[in-house]
Amino acid sequence: MRKIWDIHGGIHPPENKSQSTQTPIGLIDLPDEIILPLNQHVGTPADPIVNIGDSVKKGQVIAEAHGFVSLPVHASTSGEITAIEDRLIPHPSGMSARCIVLKPDMQDEWVALTPIDDFRTKKPGALAELIRNAGIAGMGGAGFPTAVKIQPRGDQRIDTLILNGTECEPYITADDMLMREKAAEVIRGAELLAFILGEPANIIIGIEDNKPEAIAAMSDAAKNAKVEIVSFPTKYPSGGEKQLIQILTGKEVPSGKLPADIGIVLQNIGTAYAAHRAITYGEPLISRVTTIVGESLNIQRNIEVLIGTPMSHVLEQHGFEHDQCARLIVGGPMMGYTMEHLHAPIVKTTNCLLAPTKAELPAPAAQQPCIRCGMCSEACPASLLPQQLFWFSQSEDFDRLHTHNLFDCIECGACAYVCPSNIPLVQYYRASKGAIRQHDEEKRKAEHSRQRFEFRKERIERAAAEKEAQREARKKAAAAARQKQAENAESAAATATPKPETTSPDKTAAKLERALSSAMSRLERAQKQVADALETDDTARTDTLQARLKQAELKVDDAKKRLDAFKQNNSDAKAGVNTIEEQNSASEKLEQSIVQLEKRLATAQQKLAEAVNSGLPTISALEQGVAKIRDKLKNAKEELANINNPETDTSASTDELKSAEAAISKAQTRAAELANMNPADKAVAKIVSLEKRLDKARERLSAAEANNDENLEVFRASVVTLEKKLADAKAKN
Amino acid sequence: MEVVLNSPIILALVALGILAAGFGAVLGFAAVKFKVEGDPLVEQIDAILPQTQCGQCGYPGCRPYAEAIANGDAINKCPPGGHTTIQELANLLDMPAPELDEEHGEESDVKTVAYIREDECIGCTKCIQACPVDAILGAAKQMHTVIASECTGCDLCVDPCPVDCIDMLPLESGPADWHWDLPKPVNIIATDRDSVPPNDEGAAA
Repeated sequence: MRKIWDIHGGIHPPENKSQSTQTPIGLIDLPDEIILPLNQHVGTPADPIVNIGDSVKKGQVIAEAHGFVSLPVHASTSGEITAIEDRLIPHPSGMSARCIVLKPDMQDEWVALTPIDDFRTKKPGALAELIRNAGIAGMGGAGFPTAVKIQPRGDQRIDTLILNGTECEPYITADDMLMREKAAEVIRGAELLAFILGEPANIIIGIEDNKPEAIAAMSDAAKNAKVEIVSFPTKYPSGGEKQLIQILTGKEVPSGKLPADIGIVLQNIGTAYAAHRAITYGEPLISRVTTIVGESLNIQRNIEVLIGTPMSHVLEQHGFEHDQCARLIVGGPMMGYTMEHLHAPIVKTTNCLLAPTKAELPAPAAQQPCIRCGMCSEACPASLLPQQLFWFSQSEDFDRLHTHNLFDCIECGACAYVCPSNIPLVQYYRASKGAIRQHDEEKRKAEHSRQRFEFRKERIERAAAEKEAQREARKKAAAAARQKQAENAESAAATATPKPETTSPDKTAAKLERALSSAMSRLERAQKQVADALETDDTARTDTLQARLKQAELKVDDAKKRLDAFKQNNSDAKAGVNTIEEQNSASEKLEQSIVQLEKRLATAQQKLAEAVNSGLPTISALEQGVAKIRDKLKNAKEELANINNPETDTSASTDELKSAEAAISKAQTRAAELANMNPADKAVAKIVSLEKRLDKARERLSAAEANNDENLEVFRASVVTLEKKLADAKAKN
Repeated sequence: MEVVLNSPIILALVALGILAAGFGAVLGFAAVKFKVEGDPLVEQIDAILPQTQCGQCGYPGCRPYAEAIANGDAINKCPPGGHTTIQELANLLDMPAPELDEEHGEESDVKTVAYIREDECIGCTKCIQACPVDAILGAAKQMHTVIASECTGCDLCVDPCPVDCIDMLPLESGPADWHWDLPKPVNIIATDRDSVPPNDEGAAA
């Protein structure tokens, strides 16, 4: 005989179990509709694998498990899928969830099953997988997937398997009746679970001593098995997982740990039975034994009901009198919850439907203030301080609730049962547990958001810093470029400034000439623009353009003056130099001047060619210039020949040198003249362009006269001005 | 030396002086060795705030508000956190918990999440720039969408939207998120109560 321990607290409410144990487990007619919620277990909902309109057989998988802690859903009977939609589910929230709706075809035709005669020929892991595929969840009420529970982690050595036949809650007799009628199969299920768990040393079936028939039947069935049937005094809530472990083994499951952590696995009787059927017959979990009880029913009994059968159908089959019923409770009177609607289905965890009359189970009395009597803590099976928890719960003091181990509360309701002030203590604890879970979830989410926010901030800062760095780099590069440019300019200036002295005067002259020509071209452009403006009669523009023209003219004059002045100086300087340097260098000078003259000749010829090509009016002038340069070149060459002649004496050569020098200076002044010839060219060009414009203006005037244009006067005036300008230009020329 | 040894008072003073120097050295070492970087109070306050980063408190995010609280700002400026957050802050800072300052918004029981009506989105990316937690996905001239699981419901994206295609929808909740509510407060005045006869077997349902 095994030693029995006691638990702290506990209560002895009226059992009310005899009403439903008078008749054997019954069966009811098939309903018109089967509603199968996708989440009848703890964990993630299953994924539907059928479509609306599909025909399914009894036991066929219609939704697959999604993840490790999840279970498939099977069709409870054969028929047609009519909907996959949100339907009311048995849940204290009264909310809806996704369900598969099946219309039975009344054939109740099984899908092909694969029974296993001897489970010992299979591997435990394979058996656990079969149990999972059969959709078996803990049938005591919590609905934790059985396959997960019977496959403990590697570090958990299981030495005890306990089957829970306690059924301590009033009214419920489903396990009692199952043990009475299917004792052998329950024992077989226990052996199966023990095999999967690796044959733990102890296999205990715990049954409260208020079920003598069940104890007798089970003891009888367990005669040849290595299973121990243990009965112990009736007390609520001995059937709690941790409480039963303490009663049968004397061990306490530490707060926040699982029984597996101390080497114990606990399963419900019904779960063992379902596991046995799943392996031996290959039947998935599609039905369960449920107690249908309450004074508002004509028949009170246990039935084996198909999962998904609407509660309304079940109640109807038992002569339900709606107006008599105070409320419909799913589960027992202590831990169950009230359903507002009757359309929710029976699910894998529905062990009892309680439909009491008002006299049988009156509404809870009005709550009164706590008088700190301490009866609740005496009743608490988890050795908590319900009264303290109540205060903390009211003030939503989550920290203190944690330190007072709120989460060890099994919500058995013993405290509320004994409370003389009728305080619904468990409701406070449930609310606080929910609030704390939500709060923790929010904290977790907040932490996540904070990380994302900080990451974003960091990213933005990094991007800004990168941009700043790029801007800085660009700035530096620009500064370096500027500096380099300045250095180049400086060195250019350093090497260039002395140049004017070293460069030949001709180069400077050329430069000045270039400046002059560019000034002149600007002048021409300005003139043209003024003419255009006059033509289009844009007075405002004409004024500015004329101002610009004036400026250009001034610049041209300036450039001319500078060129003249330079030429003058240059010839003076050359003359001086020549007298100082005497004759010995004369031949060199002459050679140089010949080279220069040749160069000039080449450029003059080029200019001439260009002029000829573009048909400019300066051709004649340029031809003259070229001819002159040629003459000079010829003279210079002759002189050079004279100087180099050895027969000529120095005195004679000196004279000749002088004449040569004179020739050179003459040539240079000629060059200056050539440059000075530009104004004449300009005048010619001006006359030509004026003539053209005059023609155009006259044409337009005649056109305007023909059309009687309103701008006639303007055109006439512009023709007059142009005529005048042309006359002036011709006179100047 | 002899004077010191012979005079108990001076001896005691010297002994105390040595002790003081010793402890001073230990404390000085500890102050350097175990120096806490930053303000730990700000971290604690920040951990309590709901991290919606909504800016309803008037600060650009939860952390700046945490810093402001550490510097003495009021603790009742956080509508998303509501009463619970104020309570926690009051506990942490050891001060009485004030009511929520309605100036900064009202506490809402319904959690919301932003939803972009995708046919109307023109892909301007303005909401993406406004989102403090990068919960909006999209690119220029591409349709945007909200990653609902990352959205804090701060509604900062609603205003910048030039075509008003963002709605704040209540977060869908199923049976998994549901939890029991606290029972209604007690009517302690006898005449306010329903005249229900007390029942010995009154069980909690």
